[in-house]
Amino acid sequence: MRRIYLDHAATTPVDPRVAEAMAAVYRDAPGNPSSIHDEGRQARALMDTARERVAAAIGAEPSEIVFTSGGTEADNLAVRGTVAALRHKGDHVVTTAIEHHAVLDTVSELEREQNVRLTVLPVDRYGRVDPEDVREAITARTVLVSVMHANNEIGTIEPIAEIGRICRERNVVFHSDAVQTVGALEVDVRRLPVDLLSLNAHKFYGPKGVGALYVRKGTPFARIQTGGGQERDRRAGTENVAGIVAMGAALEIATRERAVESPRLARLRDLLLSGVRDAIDDVVVNGHPTERLPNNASLCVRGVQGESLIVALDLAGIAASSGAACTTGSLEPSHVLLAIGLSREVAQGSLRLTLGRATTDEDVDVVLGELPRIVSRLRAASPVA
Amino acid sequence: MYSDIVVEHFTNPRNIGVVENADGRGQDSNPVCGDFTRITVRLADGKVAEAKFKTFGCSAAIASASMVTTLAVGKSIDHASRISAQDVLAALGGLPLVKEGCALMAAGALRSAIADAKVRAG
Repeated sequence: MRRIYLDHAATTPVDPRVAEAMAAVYRDAPGNPSSIHDEGRQARALMDTARERVAAAIGAEPSEIVFTSGGTEADNLAVRGTVAALRHKGDHVVTTAIEHHAVLDTVSELEREQNVRLTVLPVDRYGRVDPEDVREAITARTVLVSVMHANNEIGTIEPIAEIGRICRERNVVFHSDAVQTVGALEVDVRRLPVDLLSLNAHKFYGPKGVGALYVRKGTPFARIQTGGGQERDRRAGTENVAGIVAMGAALEIATRERAVESPRLARLRDLLLSGVRDAIDDVVVNGHPTERLPNNASLCVRGVQGESLIVALDLAGIAASSGAACTTGSLEPSHVLLAIGLSREVAQGSLRLTLGRATTDEDVDVVLGELPRIVSRLRAASPVA
Repeated sequence: MYSDIVVEHFTNPRNIGVVENADGRGQDSNPVCGDFTRITVRLADGKVAEAKFKTFGCSAAIASASMVTTLAVGKSIDHASRISAQDVLAALGGLPLVKEGCALMAAGALRSAIADAKVRAG
């Protein structure tokens, strides 16, 4: 059966050009970039080029890029590093209710274990943070504000330029998790007042296991792991050279193709959403109507469990996901869907379809053929609908 | 992730619906995930003549409810009321560990429907 992959927010397949660049490193460049010999220098040169590419894609200087093992490590480094570096200055962190667990669970742990004071801001029904709430939350003891650029579940884009300006006025470090946006939207740190920005290669057709944290020059910073002093002593550990090279190649391609690809995805996404609205009753579309990622369609289907939808779609050859995070067997409704004001019951019917480079009009037609049939079958067995 | 039997009972569930003029109605839920199953039964000649279900739940919950109603129909009331989660799991060819609560819920809903029928019958 031909598969239709609509879970690009979870991960994107590696671009074949990127895979080739990565394979070439494994094949031809065996050195450790910290070594003095020729093999080491060669690996160093490849990594330097990749660093320049990643930096150029977001308008940064190469020295401001710290490569990590992915988005989660970048978020941890940003939050833990800033809190540690500014402990003498304060102990208050401001974030939002819809952040990724890589931020939320990190700040919660700091609150529990290091007596950090925490303000978690609410969002409106579209998932938007009010910049004025950020302004009001900042105190003399605030050391960090962390607000994601766009939400991974509902696709809403946050007003981070405005929030960044407020942080700058108040002289507070501002971090943004831009894992979902870099590669899909223009992100330029020369115009965007962010101090720290998290990136993740496997969200823009690079490999899993490599990401980066942008650290604006002059931002107070403390490392969180010790060792060989790599990455200008900001992230110890031998660099993932092949992954870093692949990340540079992937981001360069995504940036080059973005002007054509993002509107194409937005058109397909809109076709999908209007088709779903026409064919299925009692569907809620989540997220902001206009300020949203081009490839994200987030729905809640009343009367059915998201897991049932995902399994039925999977059996029909369509890979989708639910907003519900399934951990240790308990299907807890997503914290993001609860934060935008949905009831537990409605939030349980969540379905996230995220489109990508391989998605075609025909794929959308197939989904619009299968999904209404699946929903009516599941609703027939449901005591709610 | 799921056995062929689970996939079959999820894709083509048996005994969906509500028994008309049911002798007993039962419900069980899984407080962890908010899923619930309602089962209605009709009894005749000391046997379960009819059993139907409605489930708000995951694929495993739907397959479990379909299976438990299948197992119950035609059995003696006594036998049907003793159908356990283990019986449902065995008939389904097993469920992932984290989904075993679904079989428990299905068995619980059937048991409560039969108990309800017994109470009503006095």
